[in-house]
Amino acid sequence: MGDITLEIDGKSIAAKEGTTVLEAARSADIFIPTLCHNEMLEPYGGCRLCTVEVESRGRKKLVASCLYPVEPDLIVRTRTEMVDKVRKLVLEFLLAHAPDSVRMNELAAEYGADKDRFGKESSFCILCGLCVRYCAEVKKRNVIGFVDQGAKREINFIPELAAQYCWDCKECFPLCPTSYLQAAYHLTHAIAFPSLSLDEVAQA
Amino acid sequence: MQRINSAAELDARREDIRAGKDADRPAIAVCSGAGCAGLSNGRVIAAFEKELESQGLAGKVDLRATGCHGLCELGPNVVIYPEEIYYVHVKPEDVAEIVKETVQGKKVVDRLVYSDPASGEKAVHLSEIPFYKYQSRNLIGNNTRINPSSIDDYIGIGGYAALAKALFGMKPEQVLDEVKKANLRGRGGGGFPAGLKWETTRNAPEKEKYVIVNGHEGEPGAFMDRAVFTGNPHLVLEGLIIGAYAIGAHQGFIYTRHDSKLLKQNIDRALKQARENGLLGENILGSGFDFDVEVHFDVGIFVSGESSALMRSIEGKNPEPRPKYIRTSVSGIWDKPSNLNNVETWANVPQIIEKGAEWYTGIGTESSKGTKMISLSGNIVNSGVVEVPFGTTLRQIIFDIGGGIPGGKKLKALHFGGAMGGSIPESLIDTPLDFDALKKVGAPMGAGALMVMDEDTDMVEMARFFLTFLTNESCGKCVPCREGIQQLLKILTDICKGEGKKGDIETMEEIADVMSAASLCSLGKTATDPLRGTLKYFREEYETNIH
Repeated sequence: MGDITLEIDGKSIAAKEGTTVLEAARSADIFIPTLCHNEMLEPYGGCRLCTVEVESRGRKKLVASCLYPVEPDLIVRTRTEMVDKVRKLVLEFLLAHAPDSVRMNELAAEYGADKDRFGKESSFCILCGLCVRYCAEVKKRNVIGFVDQGAKREINFIPELAAQYCWDCKECFPLCPTSYLQAAYHLTHAIAFPSLSLDEVAQA
Repeated sequence: MQRINSAAELDARREDIRAGKDADRPAIAVCSGAGCAGLSNGRVIAAFEKELESQGLAGKVDLRATGCHGLCELGPNVVIYPEEIYYVHVKPEDVAEIVKETVQGKKVVDRLVYSDPASGEKAVHLSEIPFYKYQSRNLIGNNTRINPSSIDDYIGIGGYAALAKALFGMKPEQVLDEVKKANLRGRGGGGFPAGLKWETTRNAPEKEKYVIVNGHEGEPGAFMDRAVFTGNPHLVLEGLIIGAYAIGAHQGFIYTRHDSKLLKQNIDRALKQARENGLLGENILGSGFDFDVEVHFDVGIFVSGESSALMRSIEGKNPEPRPKYIRTSVSGIWDKPSNLNNVETWANVPQIIEKGAEWYTGIGTESSKGTKMISLSGNIVNSGVVEVPFGTTLRQIIFDIGGGIPGGKKLKALHFGGAMGGSIPESLIDTPLDFDALKKVGAPMGAGALMVMDEDTDMVEMARFFLTFLTNESCGKCVPCREGIQQLLKILTDICKGEGKKGDIETMEEIADVMSAASLCSLGKTATDPLRGTLKYFREEYETNIH
């Protein structure tokens, strides 16, 4: 694990081999925004807010800094026109689901994102997977998971496991970047109405 | 079944098989491809069985349910050997006449032969039908000649000779070198040189390596891989074993469709036969090389065919893509170097080894060598599986082979690559089939699904259709893909209803830019390609619905 020297926003930075661009940037106090990243968990690469431009052997591309490994002489730019364009649109997409998220509204101001650009579908959940991954990787209980795919993807507690473990834990709640009411809602639903889908509860 | 323990024993087996075959013995090849299966070919096969029995011909005539012949449009297709008489639209009630007149009487049943829809001109033999005449069917051509359930049929036509040549006459490096010299480019979509990929896997530091057949083929409009894999499974397997030898892998995986019973049956049977004959497993053909294969099935979602998602799926995890900042050829299944190629790529390998790179590079264009299988569908007279040399123009494929546009309609656009592909207008029809030329005009070949659209096609509706498919098939992990497709669909739905707003096109272009730049896997990165293509070439169709 030798040291690697790379350049981030014009600053020369030393990093250990096998670490990521995001870790290297943070070690040098260079800010890269994230929503789905948490140091306790495996990097996920879902929100794409940490997108940066890297230049390697003359070739430029956009990558997720939370996953991209450092390499010698890599040039990283954390704020380019395209990087900002990605972050702005990602925030606009997500604010349609969680318009009151304090953290996302702060970032929206930085990147000029309009929280009303897309029609509201306030599920509160942005599917960052922090709760899912925390339960799987740290608690090793897999009480909460993703169900379905694409636009229909959502999080769900497994009722039997939730009744057993969650009231005394709730450690995933504060990880939520939107509002932990979201997780609380899903948890209550799972325990109170284990056999109904969310839509059926809404209609009941 | 006698195990084959050397190259000489393989040759002897082949001689035996050939000696046991009478060239004049009649054979009936009934297509059992996916298209003909949907046209009740099973009843045709049953009728032949019954008829051969009742005319006292059982045991004197070969009856085989074969892989796809190619001309799906006119199925069920039946070929009568040794004359290679080709009958189309065969129904159970035609069977008695075919057996009596053609098999026994050596006469042609006129009403069942191919008739050109425009000129009315008839073609009796397979090689005279325009659909087949202009093709070079190096990979799929044997489908009519062999029974996919018989390893002897495959050995009889020269099967596994390339494997023996590689194992006994070439070092792994030489095999690799031959594939590199042949400039075999991956047929799965990207067109990446297979030899270079093999070399990366071979040179990766981990000792344990894997080779994988991607037989997922989930692209809408793509059906050529299953045609060759179902109809000639040993061809793909032979290519895979040769590749494993070159790369130094002892374990292979076949990842294929869960929803095709016949495909599964034929693959499983081929693996079993290859093991029994000493062509798979320990000490293959007595060469000392060990290699075996496991079959895995997709989980019913399009994205599971994406290479990193496919590898996760083989590991037993969710088929969610992971970013490939480290290539899967270096770190794939269980972080071991894993070389993935699609069905058609592997199927090309035996002929390259057998006939050499020099022969192979004589076919095709400067940068795209060999032949390419195309699934031809849409508004086309002859839909089906086509195989042509690279360099054949799209015009030749559509008009000479495909027979043009039905109903006297005009050709409007061509679309390659399914839901993540691109459309080009009729004016670019003289573009040659070539990885680079097609990419340049904006219709990258993808795996080879060519959809033909006539003048009545609404291009905005088509873009909407593909995105609707993708929103259901995306895994939903990354934001640009999951949310971007949803927002695009809302806008496209409005435009299709004639309710587009000023600025909609610009918003779609912005979303498409961000999706391409920042999505996690190639599904999200290329999901907007049909949208971009139609915006480039058919922009006015969007504009007329924006007020």
